[in-house]
Amino acid sequence: MGFFGFLEYLSKNSEEIIEKVQEHMVLSLTAVILACLVAIPLGFLIVNHKKLSAVVLNIANIIQTIPSLALFAFAMPLFGIGTKPAIFALFLYALLPIIKNTLIGIRNVNPAIIKAATGMGMSKAQIMFKIEVPMAISVIMGGVRIATVTSIGVTTIATLIAAGGLGDFIYRGLSMYDVPMILTGALFSALLALLADFMLGLLEKKLTSKGLSRASKTN
Amino acid sequence: MVELKNIYKTYDDKVNVIENLNLIINDGEFIVLIGESGCGKTTTMQMLNRLIEPTKGSILINGKDIRSVNKNELRRNIGYVIQDIGLFPHRTIEENISTVPLLCKMDKKEVAKKVKDLMKTVGLPYDIYAKRYPKELSGGQQQRIGVARALANNPDIILMDEPFSALDPITREQLQDEILRLHDDLGITVVFVTHDIDEAIKLGDRIAIMEKGVIVQLDTPEEILKNPANDFVADFMGKNRIWKTPDLLKAGDVMSDKFAKISPHRSVAQAIEVMRKHDASVLVVIQQNENGKDKLLGLVGPNRLRNVTDNSIKVKDMMKSDVTKIPFDMTLTEVIGIRDKNNILYSPVVNEDGELLGIISNTSILNVLSQIIPGKEEY
Repeated sequence: MGFFGFLEYLSKNSEEIIEKVQEHMVLSLTAVILACLVAIPLGFLIVNHKKLSAVVLNIANIIQTIPSLALFAFAMPLFGIGTKPAIFALFLYALLPIIKNTLIGIRNVNPAIIKAATGMGMSKAQIMFKIEVPMAISVIMGGVRIATVTSIGVTTIATLIAAGGLGDFIYRGLSMYDVPMILTGALFSALLALLADFMLGLLEKKLTSKGLSRASKTN
Repeated sequence: MVELKNIYKTYDDKVNVIENLNLIINDGEFIVLIGESGCGKTTTMQMLNRLIEPTKGSILINGKDIRSVNKNELRRNIGYVIQDIGLFPHRTIEENISTVPLLCKMDKKEVAKKVKDLMKTVGLPYDIYAKRYPKELSGGQQQRIGVARALANNPDIILMDEPFSALDPITREQLQDEILRLHDDLGITVVFVTHDIDEAIKLGDRIAIMEKGVIVQLDTPEEILKNPANDFVADFMGKNRIWKTPDLLKAGDVMSDKFAKISPHRSVAQAIEVMRKHDASVLVVIQQNENGKDKLLGLVGPNRLRNVTDNSIKVKDMMKSDVTKIPFDMTLTEVIGIRDKNNILYSPVVNEDGELLGIISNTSILNVLSQIIPGKEEY
């Protein structure tokens, strides 16, 4: 089968491909968005408690070491099969990079700046929203990007618990020894990951103050 | 007025970092807290904006206990400048300066105007610098913005924690001059922490020298230099200090109050006798005024008395009456300048009422200077 054969396969199955890409995106992005909503505020809450942040990081680390296939399997008794357990497993997977980067981002804020802000009469909340968040945002976004790329990759396994997505092509192709089918699944999930990373990169740039970017000149 | 009353600060119930500290800072005063690291100078200063709370004692600002005010409210009305500058890197210069006024919900237009004024005051024109970010400025420029930011909410008091010690010497000197000018122009109270004695002498109206949590001496720079309270202060100020700041020596410090006097009505022969007896090369002609104090009429020396044989000629006829009087608070540098320019050997020193206090001669200057020269060799 040549290149044109592959193109022919794509055009014949375009409808199903679009459907699977959509499923794939919904699964991975929902999980990442949920993870952001939990991990970023959690990071800010625990950053000043050394012991607590160590405990939270350890838990997230342990989750990360569980093989993704096993994690999907663990989610089944809780949520049955389908999208719910898949999103839950992906969500757990996405937590660590986001929490970790949130903590690093806040801890990297120069203490002198916090000292100045406190001495000027800014409240804790004002320091968090006006100083820490904007200064840590690029590091936090870095975590979100890692989580998103990983999540899009891991979502290909979600097919095993009947959650759909581009994994369907890969596993069906494997069992039928259908190379174009396998390629379709692999190629589109890779493209999706690249695209998501690129878009998040743009967002990161937009959210980061020019005063913090490394590119502009220093005097 | 800021009053610190019987302040103690103890960590872990063990060591007193601050021990029974009492300090009154007057309105518009420039006060410098100085000492070695760990002496409690920064701790003392940070108590004023409640970054540190005293273990015991109270602090009043204009008679009001600062614990009765909301912490953040208090801090917004006290300017704060730190060594690390601490500008917000993600905000432009304009946003940095307007931080506190905007927190206090000041009118935006007013804030914009204030920012412009302040940037002009610290010598960084608005049109060029307002939209820049801190990293695009040099260290000295950043600290100027740090000062502008501290002044943005029109504070009566401004706290400065070694603000210039990270800057190069030339920039540091410029900023010192500027903070002095701002202090004079705005009439604000400045509390300034430093470990640099030159900086303290240059800036302080009064200097509080701290050691182990106690103020060992609190006085004007002149007084501390001339009369250090103890060996620690003397060592700390440095024995050679006076040479670096000769302007601190005044005419009153270098004059001699031992001089031979004579009344204007005595004869020339009597005058020569007095000179011989006192081994004096000049006589001060004085008259007592109504308060019983000496009023200077003139000086007379051997050159004027020699060859006078007529006994009816009195001292007052021969004396030099147009002598240059030196006010007692004139600096030594000026005194030497005047003496040098007019070839004067003897300069009478007078107080505000024209009463004679003493005589400056080359010998008297040398005597004083030799006392403060360190490590005298014996011959």
